[in-house]
Amino acid sequence: MKILVPVKRVVDYNVKVRIKADASDVDLANVKMSMNPFDEIAIEEAVRLKETGVASEVVAVSAGVANCQETLRTAMAIGADRGILIQTDVELQPLAVAKLLKAVCDKEQPQIVICGKQAIDDDANQTGQMLAGLMNWPQATFASKIVIAAPQATVTREIDGGLETVEVAMPAVLTADLRLNEPRYATLPNIMKAKRKPLETTNPDALGVDVAPRLKTLKVAEPAKRSAGIKVADAADLVLKLKTEAKVI
Amino acid sequence: MSEYVAPVRDMQFVIHELAGLEQVAQLPGCEEASSDLVDAVLEEAAKFAEEVLSPLNWPGDQEGAQWRDKAVTMPPGFKDAYKLFADSGWTALACEPEWGGQGLPKLVAAAVAEMWKSANHAFSLCPLLTAGAIEALVLTGSDELKATYLEKMVSGVWTGTMNLTEPNAGSDLAAVRTRAEPQADGSYKIFGQKIFITYGDHDMAENIVHLVLARTPTAPEGVKGISLFVVPKFLINVDGSLGARNDAYCVSIEHKLGIHASPTAIMAFGDHSGAIGHLVGEENRGLEYMFIMMNAARFGVGLEGVAACERSYQRARDYARERIQCTDIGVRGGPKVPIIRHPDVRRMLMTMKSRAEAARALAYVVAAAHDAAVHHPDAGERKRNQAFVDLMIPVVKGWSTESGVTMASMGVQVHGGMGYVEETGAAQHLRDAQISTIYEGTTGIQANDLIGRKMAREGGATLQAVIGMMRALDADLAGQDGANFAAIRSRFGVAIDALASAGEWIVANYGADVRAASSGAVPFLTLLGIVAGGWQMVRAALIAQAKIDAGNSDPFYAAKVVTARFYADHVLSQAAGLASSIIDGAEGVLALAEEMF
Repeated sequence: MKILVPVKRVVDYNVKVRIKADASDVDLANVKMSMNPFDEIAIEEAVRLKETGVASEVVAVSAGVANCQETLRTAMAIGADRGILIQTDVELQPLAVAKLLKAVCDKEQPQIVICGKQAIDDDANQTGQMLAGLMNWPQATFASKIVIAAPQATVTREIDGGLETVEVAMPAVLTADLRLNEPRYATLPNIMKAKRKPLETTNPDALGVDVAPRLKTLKVAEPAKRSAGIKVADAADLVLKLKTEAKVI
Repeated sequence: MSEYVAPVRDMQFVIHELAGLEQVAQLPGCEEASSDLVDAVLEEAAKFAEEVLSPLNWPGDQEGAQWRDKAVTMPPGFKDAYKLFADSGWTALACEPEWGGQGLPKLVAAAVAEMWKSANHAFSLCPLLTAGAIEALVLTGSDELKATYLEKMVSGVWTGTMNLTEPNAGSDLAAVRTRAEPQADGSYKIFGQKIFITYGDHDMAENIVHLVLARTPTAPEGVKGISLFVVPKFLINVDGSLGARNDAYCVSIEHKLGIHASPTAIMAFGDHSGAIGHLVGEENRGLEYMFIMMNAARFGVGLEGVAACERSYQRARDYARERIQCTDIGVRGGPKVPIIRHPDVRRMLMTMKSRAEAARALAYVVAAAHDAAVHHPDAGERKRNQAFVDLMIPVVKGWSTESGVTMASMGVQVHGGMGYVEETGAAQHLRDAQISTIYEGTTGIQANDLIGRKMAREGGATLQAVIGMMRALDADLAGQDGANFAAIRSRFGVAIDALASAGEWIVANYGADVRAASSGAVPFLTLLGIVAGGWQMVRAALIAQAKIDAGNSDPFYAAKVVTARFYADHVLSQAAGLASSIIDGAEGVLALAEEMF
C-alpha cells in the first residue's frame, strides 16, 4: 500500500514574522523556513505505518520554489522513500495545490493521502478537503488516531465536543491533527541516506494544471498591539466594564 | 528564561564562507559533506540541542550526579536523553566508517559539538571523552581490541573515559604510580587510584571503557615508563556479550564549582583482586599515545569556550531586551527603557557577541585545517596544515576557554544583581565555564606548550607564516571604503606588529632565559588569540562586504562588518599593551623574593 504525504515549506514556527513595507505580504527574505509542523506529523504517521508493515511505500510531495527540495529531504530523513517536487515560483493557493495533488494522485495511485490539517503560514485548512472533493474520495480530517484495516481506515477525529470515530473506505484523504503522534528526531544516518533517495522534479505545466491564483491579497497587517491592562475595583465593576467598554456581554 | 537557540546562521557563514567547506568536501574521504547535507545536519543537531539537551541543563545543575554504593546515578532525564542521542547517531558523526561512523569532517563535527556544549556542557563531556578514547584505540589499539570495543563505542552503546590523573600526578604525569602486573594469559592486573575521571561511572550506558595509564613492574622511571591499558567496567566475553564485573569501581565523586551533572569520579582499580586490563599498543609508550589524542581533546575543550561565550551572550542579550530600567541616558522624564539601550550594556553585549564570533571563526578554521592535514592528497599541504593546527591548538584551547570565563562573567554583570542569583541561569554558565580553562591542561600548560614546543623548537617558523597570511589582507583592506574598514585596517596593522615583535622576543629569549620567556607565556597566548581571532573577523568583514557590494540584503552581513569594527576597536586594541608586558614585564614577575609572597 502506498501513502502519499504532501509537505509544505513554511516560515519556521519559532520565527516572529515581519510584514513587507508595502503591506503586500509577509517578508520571507532571510527568514528561516522549515516543514509545516502538521505535515511533519503526517510524515511520521505514514512512516510508522510503513514500519509496522501496513504500508509499503511513503512518497512525499511538495509544491513551490526550488528550496522545497530541502523540505522533501527532511521528509525523507524521517523515513519517506522518495520525493516529488512540483516546482513553481507562482504563489500557490489551496485549490491550485489540491489540483496539483490530484494530478500526482492520478499518476501515483496512493491508497491513502495524509495531509497536515492546515499549514501554519496561511492557516487555510482547505487543501486536504479540496483534494478529497476533486478525487471524489472520502475524507477524515483532524485525525488523532488512525487504524488501517484495508479496505477501511478507522479514524478518531478531534472535534469541538470531544472525539469522533469514523470509518472511511480507501482510497481516502486523511488530515493529521496535533495529537496524532510526536514526530521523531531524524537520525544522522537517515539524514545522510535521504541525500541519496530519489527526488523527481516536475512542474504545473507538465501536470497540466493551471495554478494561477484565484484570490487576491489586498493587504497584510500586524495584529493590533495589546494595550495596557487596568485593575478593576470589584466583580460588579468588572461586569460593568465588560458590558459598557469591552461590549462582550 | 532565555532558551538556547543554536547560532546556525553564523555557523553556516563560518563553515561555508570563511573556513571553506567547499574545499574540505573535495578532500578524499570528505566527499559526503556537501553543502546541503551539512545544512541539514546543522538544522537537525540544532533541534536536538535546543529541544532535548538544553532543557536538562538547569535541572542537571541543581540535581547533580548522585553517588551511592560505588555507583553513580545521573540526574533525571539524562539517561533517556543519552539513549536518544546515541540512537540518533550523533556519537558516530566524525568516526571512521569502518567502525560504523559517518566520517564527516572535523569542520562539521566542530559546529555540532559547539551546540551540545552550549546546550548542556555537563552532558557533552560524556561523548567528548568517548570520542577521545575511540581515537586512542583507532590509532594505537590492536586489531583484537578494535574489534572488541570500537563499534560499541562509536554507536554510543558503551562510553569511554581517560584515566590519567592521580592524587600526586596532575600536570606532572611522570609521577603516575598505578601498577600493571602482567598475567600468564597476556592480560594485566591493574592496581591503583585515579582521580578526576570524567564520567568514570554513570547509568546511561551498559558498559564503560576506561583507558588507564599505569606502570609495568619493569618500567623505567618517569614519563618513559608509562603504558596505556584498556580496562572495561564489565569484562567482555569471547562472543562480545558482557561478562563479569571488573574490579574497577567509582569510590566517590567530587563536589565541584560547576558541571554538576557530569560525574567526576575517584576510581579504585584492583581493590579486591585486581582490575583486568589489556595493553594498548606497546609498553612504555602510553604517554606518547595520550598526547596523540590530547590535541583532539584540547580542541574539543576549546570549543567549550566558544560555546560558553555564545550561551552567555544569548542569555544576557535576552535579559537586556526584557529588563526595563531607567530612562535613556541623557533623557529626563522620558519612558523607562530596556537596558539594551544603555551604552555600557551595549558595550558588554558587543564584546560578548564579537568574542563569541571571533573564537568560533578561529576554531572552525583550525578544524578545516585539521581536515586538510589528515586528508589532503599532497604531503606538503598536509604538513603545512598540521603545523598550523599544532600552533593553534593551545590557542583555541587556552584563549577560547579564558574568553568563555570572561564572557560568562560579563553575562552575569549584564544581569546585575539578578545575575548573582542562581535562578537566572547566568551564574551556572560562569560556574560551568571555569573548568574548561583547567582540564586537558591549564591555560598555563597550554601557553608553555605554545611558546616551547610550537614556537621556540622551530624558531617561530609557523608563527611567521601565519603573520604573513595576516599581513597579506592589508591590500584588500586598503581597497575598502568607509570608516569601518579604515579603523579595522589601522587596528589590525598595529596588532600584527605587536604580535610579530612579541613573537620574535619569545623565540629569541626562550633558549637564553626560559624563565623570562615563560613569564610572558600566557600573555602571549592571549595576544595570539586576540590577533588570530581578529584576523578571522577581518576576513569575515571582507567577505561580508563583498556580499553587500554584490547587492545581498541579508542584514547578517552588515552586522558582521559592524561587529568586526567593534572587535578591532575594543579587542584588537589590547594587543600592543600585551606585547609590551611580554617584552618588558618578566622582571616584575620574577623579582620578588619568594618569602615576600
